[in-house]
Amino acid sequence: MSMFSEIAIALLQLLMVMFGSPLLVGVIRKAKARLQGRRGASIFQPYADIRKLLLKEVVVSENTSWIFRFTPYLLATTMLLSALIVPVLTIRTPLGFMGNIIALMYLFLLGTFFLALAGLDAGSAFGGMGSSREVAIAALAEPTVLIAIFGIALRAGTTSLDGIITRFAAEPLLMLNAGHLLAFIAFFIVALAENGRLPVDNPATHLELTMIHEAMVLEYSGRLLALVEWAAGMKLFLFLTLLSNLFFPWGVALANTPMTLLTAFLALAVKLLLFAGAIALVETSVAKLRLFRVPELLAGSFTVALLAVVTSFFMK
Amino acid sequence: MIIDATVMFDLFVVTLACFGAGALGALVTARSPTLARIVGHGAALIGAMAALAFGLAGLAGGGMQLNLPDLLPIGGAAFGLDRLSAFFVVVIAAGAIPASLYAIGYTREYAGKHSLAGMGFAFNVFVVAMILVPLARNVLTFLVLWELMSLASYFLVITEHEREETLRAGWVYFVMTHTGFAALLLGFLLLAKATGTMHFVQWQVAAAHLDPSSRNLIFALLAVGFASKAGAIPLHVWLPRAHPAAPSHVSALMSGVMIKLGVYGLVRVGFSWLGVGPGWWGGTILIVGAVSAVLGVLYALVDADLKRLLAYSSVENIGIIMLSLGAAVLFQASNLPGIAALALIAGLYHTLNHAAFKSLLFMGAGAVLHATHTRNMEDLGGLMKRMPQTAAFFLIGSLAIAALPPFNGFISEWLTFQSLLLSFQISAHTINLIFALGVAALALTSGLAVACFVRAFGITFLALPRSHQAAGAHEVQWTMRAAMALLALACIVLGTAPSLMLAPLEATIFELMSAHADVQFNLTAVVANDGFGWVAPLWLALALIVFLMALPLGLRLLGANKQRRSYETWGCGRALQTARFEYTATAFANPFKRVFALLYRPVKELDIEFHPESRYFVRTIAYYNEGRLIFEDALYRPLLRMIETLAREARALQSGNVHGYLVYILIALVALLILTV
Repeated sequence: MSMFSEIAIALLQLLMVMFGSPLLVGVIRKAKARLQGRRGASIFQPYADIRKLLLKEVVVSENTSWIFRFTPYLLATTMLLSALIVPVLTIRTPLGFMGNIIALMYLFLLGTFFLALAGLDAGSAFGGMGSSREVAIAALAEPTVLIAIFGIALRAGTTSLDGIITRFAAEPLLMLNAGHLLAFIAFFIVALAENGRLPVDNPATHLELTMIHEAMVLEYSGRLLALVEWAAGMKLFLFLTLLSNLFFPWGVALANTPMTLLTAFLALAVKLLLFAGAIALVETSVAKLRLFRVPELLAGSFTVALLAVVTSFFMK
Repeated sequence: MIIDATVMFDLFVVTLACFGAGALGALVTARSPTLARIVGHGAALIGAMAALAFGLAGLAGGGMQLNLPDLLPIGGAAFGLDRLSAFFVVVIAAGAIPASLYAIGYTREYAGKHSLAGMGFAFNVFVVAMILVPLARNVLTFLVLWELMSLASYFLVITEHEREETLRAGWVYFVMTHTGFAALLLGFLLLAKATGTMHFVQWQVAAAHLDPSSRNLIFALLAVGFASKAGAIPLHVWLPRAHPAAPSHVSALMSGVMIKLGVYGLVRVGFSWLGVGPGWWGGTILIVGAVSAVLGVLYALVDADLKRLLAYSSVENIGIIMLSLGAAVLFQASNLPGIAALALIAGLYHTLNHAAFKSLLFMGAGAVLHATHTRNMEDLGGLMKRMPQTAAFFLIGSLAIAALPPFNGFISEWLTFQSLLLSFQISAHTINLIFALGVAALALTSGLAVACFVRAFGITFLALPRSHQAAGAHEVQWTMRAAMALLALACIVLGTAPSLMLAPLEATIFELMSAHADVQFNLTAVVANDGFGWVAPLWLALALIVFLMALPLGLRLLGANKQRRSYETWGCGRALQTARFEYTATAFANPFKRVFALLYRPVKELDIEFHPESRYFVRTIAYYNEGRLIFEDALYRPLLRMIETLAREARALQSGNVHGYLVYILIALVALLILTV
């Protein structure tokens, strides 16, 4: 593969995540609105929101340190970097050599760490409350993440992102397995929790005592808020892409030709659309859990992930 | 690379001479506290540098043998150096260099209050004893040095002996360390009796012929002895007491380095002294490690004492190290030597990494203590603006201990995960399940560690100061900052260029168990098991930097608004924003207290004093939220009570009557005669 096409593919993945993520958020909001009998804003509304925020001045609390100003940049950086590692369109990602799925998960944690610090930085009770809850949920979700990865690695024989897809694409029978389905369910629940979606957190509300992510970023404004929101969108995009491509690897380009890349693009669009619909459906049909019921949900997802691993052992 | 034996010997002698000079120099200059402080710790600094050179030369293949038959009875003093010993010398020296540098500034505060000559003397003895422990080659040498190390550190722990709690902490430490010593002594003597030699090197061959039951017994005794020094649960109780009580440079050494000698002992027991052990040894170590890791971080997470939090987090990290040691023994027993070596590399690399970031964090906490005179996080805050450099170093330490890329803790935890995940190659369902739970425990630990250090850094350094001491804090003196800078640099280098240390570690493991680890690496990448997983930390770090610089430029090109205005934090329309609005350390930990209530068993109490005229006016509200320590309550209290009862019963024997004692002597004599015949 030539240098030029490598750069082109890296750019293609980067642009897809950068510009696809607001659209994904818009589609989910639209689908939710329609399911709830509302007309809803245009699916392009998130672009307008980000543009509006970018044009506004930033108001920073005088209590804060450089952490507060640095965090939105770091957050967006970790997501952009992940966009180059995750096999969005192709398994031959130019920067895929930078890490396997575990390294990727820790890259996401790096963003969470700084965002939680930023929540504490302004010295408001809301920020601290949000940080404390966010890290609690992230910590409790972590065992599920790793055990679900274990479940995948067991069957694919690798923890590398492209290796998993190659293996599953070559032997689809590996996926016809209760373990695969269970691991998928566990990972899906974790994706909801990590991205602050219902039933863990409600992205659409600023109700003071229940919000988690929104409480943590309450002090942000202007371009800093734009970065935070955009990064949150990219995180959702990347998680859903992982769910799509690791568990349903159809369509992902195994070699880079214009034709395979186009197929991959269309396949991903369809899969993401289905996931957007699923999330909208979940968010319309379930209520937000009380904060102290969330650990029960995560314990449930952990059990499911463990079952996925155990079934794989016994069906070896 | 072959290193001349005389060079090794010279380095060894220089090391000993420096510490000797430091110990004596501190005593000689006792009249002048300033001189004693600088001479004592300055000599230790030079000695530690010589020790680092000695250790690195040993890792590069330099060996040494030294027998001094007249120094000690029963076989004399015997020293030797192999790569494993050299690695631990490197770990100790790497901790001792910054600790000595830090101490030069930090101990200034003790002048006039405590004897700096005594501190300098004990410090030198402590460090040199630690350096010599991994070099000991027979039982008596080992035990003498082990005891010397414990005693010197005991005296350092009780430096601030005017405080009741320090003395109590010292007492707990003294008792626990000697309980461990007794277990070691018994184990060593049994092993020496069974093999017929006191010399470590001859044990490996002889141990293969031991009968399994006595081998298991010796393993249990030695493992308990070493695990109590390492601070594994449930033998950890001394750690959260003694480490906060000691002066901070000593806490850094004890938590960062001394407990690692317990790890050294466990590696020797599991891989060389007793030969290859059965799988259940590994399973036990792995489970104890998993429990220590999870419970250690859970206790750290709710503690408001900054130094005790760090001490509990050491229990956690020892747990992570034991997790990989146990995995290594299990892999070895399951005939997968390559993965066993990988797990052992992960454990040893975490040993070194923990020495770097835990020393750094203890020194950061020491700097905070120095500047504010409090360790209570509820009185801290806002130090980011008052001590910006200390804050930056503490942040690097926090990121490293939370195992986030691109810092060193991430690499060793990543390696540990790789080795644990590779366990699917074993085909025994029980072992598979143990490993799956090990993966879950490690994942939970690392998630909780993120929460713990967001809290530790965020509450201590960010937002507004919660007390006037914190508000009046200033940056600390330069030797302290230099020491922290060295360690922060180490965290970054070990995190971005792991091959620097992985290459010598791989050679060490090969020497120990003659198996090549299932890991390939070059300057930029680490690959586990032929592409099972990989990470390229240097590229990750560079890519992060590139994106961080490109993003603001990109926003500018997009025409984003550049203006920034400072204003007060939004307070729901309240006019005044004070530190009382901030989330506290207790509040931050509350979700965890509720989720893990079974462990903490929190006791809540609300005392409200009402106005005498009307219950609608409140004068004071006091809220207590105390957790109970289940190991102390369930294990140690009953044990102590039993010992007390036994002692009271035994009092009946002490009649005070001379004739009675004569009868005892007669009975003892007869019993001995019967036993020996």
